Amino acid sequence: MDVRGFGFFLLRKLLRMATLLIALSVLSFWLVSCSPLDPVQAYVGADMTRVSPEQREAIAEYWGLNQPPLMRFFHWGSAVLHGDLGTSMMFRRPVAEVIGERFLASLALMSAAWLFSGVLGFTLGVIAGMKHGTWADRFIKWYCFTLASTPAFWLGLLLLMVFAVWLGWFPVGLGVPAGKLAGEVTIANRIYHLILPALTLSILGVANVALHTRQKLVDVLASDYVLFARARGEAGLLLFWRHGLRNVALPAVTIQFASFGELVGGTVLAEQVFSYPGLGQAAVAAGLRGDVPLLLGIVLFTALFVFVGNLAADIIYRLVDPRMRKGETA
Amino acid sequence: MRTQSATAPILEVQDLCVSFVQYTSGLRQRCLEVISSLSVSIYPGEILAVVGASGSGKSLLAHAVLGLLPGNAVTSGSIVFAGQKLTPKQQASLRGREIALIPQSVNYLDPLLRVGKQVRTAVNGGNAARIQREVFARYKLPPDTERLFPFQLSGGMARRVLVSTALVSGARLVIADEPTPGLDEAAIEETLGYFRELADEGRGVMLITHDIETALRVADRIAVFYAGTTVETALATDFTGEGEALRHPYTKALWRALPQNGFEPIPGSQPQSHALPAGCLFQPRCPVATPECASSRPEVRDVRGGTVRCIHAS
Repeated sequence: MDVRGFGFFLLRKLLRMATLLIALSVLSFWLVSCSPLDPVQAYVGADMTRVSPEQREAIAEYWGLNQPPLMRFFHWGSAVLHGDLGTSMMFRRPVAEVIGERFLASLALMSAAWLFSGVLGFTLGVIAGMKHGTWADRFIKWYCFTLASTPAFWLGLLLLMVFAVWLGWFPVGLGVPAGKLAGEVTIANRIYHLILPALTLSILGVANVALHTRQKLVDVLASDYVLFARARGEAGLLLFWRHGLRNVALPAVTIQFASFGELVGGTVLAEQVFSYPGLGQAAVAAGLRGDVPLLLGIVLFTALFVFVGNLAADIIYRLVDPRMRKGETA
Repeated sequence: MRTQSATAPILEVQDLCVSFVQYTSGLRQRCLEVISSLSVSIYPGEILAVVGASGSGKSLLAHAVLGLLPGNAVTSGSIVFAGQKLTPKQQASLRGREIALIPQSVNYLDPLLRVGKQVRTAVNGGNAARIQREVFARYKLPPDTERLFPFQLSGGMARRVLVSTALVSGARLVIADEPTPGLDEAAIEETLGYFRELADEGRGVMLITHDIETALRVADRIAVFYAGTTVETALATDFTGEGEALRHPYTKALWRALPQNGFEPIPGSQPQSHALPAGCLFQPRCPVATPECASSRPEVRDVRGGTVRCIHAS
């Protein structure tokens, strides 16, 4: 592999990431400063009537809220560059700590959904592609189009109603059983609470990879090299294994990595519906309660996460595809 | 050269018709006849060139013989291989075993599979790796070629790899579909040499091309294709002088259109398969057409050791 070329590639990507993060923080900060929410009121909450103007002033002073937005941005920005994301107003703990803890919970949810939707979506796509034009293909396509137009929160509510409320198979919400001490919570407890939100995200994630895989397989099966393979006597599963799978798997994996953005977006909604204490729920809470440091921290972190997913997709392509790996010379 | 009369043809195509069902607007179907009552035969040890302009249905002939036509194609007529009339099932079992295809370009190789592996899958019986290496050596491909991916092959290497797939299969009939476009003079010479070798070792070779000059350099017989059917089958030696030995006006016109033979173009163009003329397919462009040419399609006749589809030929 061309090490120098790869170095340049990485350098370019890192530069792009830096500019992305800078632009994103400017934009988010500006949006938040335009928000009609008064951070002090959001912080104090219902006790607002009992807070005197002097106390208000003191709180604003404490959080640095009385400075002009540009000053605040530079203060915040230089702190971030020094590795300090600030303190969450809601949790009164360092933002990095909150994100770390919440992200672990979300990570379990997202990786379960990611893996399951990837495997199921790929399988459905392959079946539809192999049976192109038959009722199985039409059914899978219909299923995927229906899912693609289904909002995540609506599906979450539906699953919640059916499986948690009517059937009572799963808990209605939260990440662990309510009223249990942190030390007593078992892995099984956590998995039990994970299933419904993970299922919501997986069912939705299937559509993308399945439809892409289906189309790609249809193209591959109509390609010149499959025609020639058939002319050489290859047929059926052998043909699929040798030429179909190879040419279809790579785009599927790439798409799955590149779908981190949708995954994060879906997680925000699913966590909200299931009151699952993950990063998405924290983001919504931070937004509603004017917790600017936490909100910005989450924005930057998820941007980084999505970027890493896309980068992984690019790198996998370069590593696996011989045409990318060996360059264009013989 | 072959001793044609003594042996039976390896492939005999009779009255082959291929049509496609198309949806034009909404649910209106139309049937496009792209190959109509086509007949050719190939004997062991000979190269039959099928020559025709692009769009005349040549590649479809190859696909029809191999049983690789798309699902919306309807065929009739008979394809007889080594004395046996082929059913779709038999075609499937003969593909790659008895009948091999040499495709046009490197695009017909799987881009993600090393070429050695792809050639080995064409081997029928025996030590695949050894047979592949022997054939690569015969075509002077360096030993490390088998580790390369298709995009890494040069044009000449790709050509030899594609020919290798036919050779390793041990097929008795080789169909080469437009194997020479875009090649330089030396590469064409080399490629044609491979086909001559394949034929001289006893195989039947069908060389499909649009280039009559290339065909004449190597083929024993030429089948001239026009608007989905063969208008004439002639010996390569008939193509000489002013074309007096040729039978069909279209063949003569083709011959005279070559730069060294006067460079006379034929007016008009080949009819599309949805707008075929009545009677003889060449009649609207034919210099010797008479009113009866437009009344019915001429049958194939044997004339002076070849076949022709023209009522005026003698």
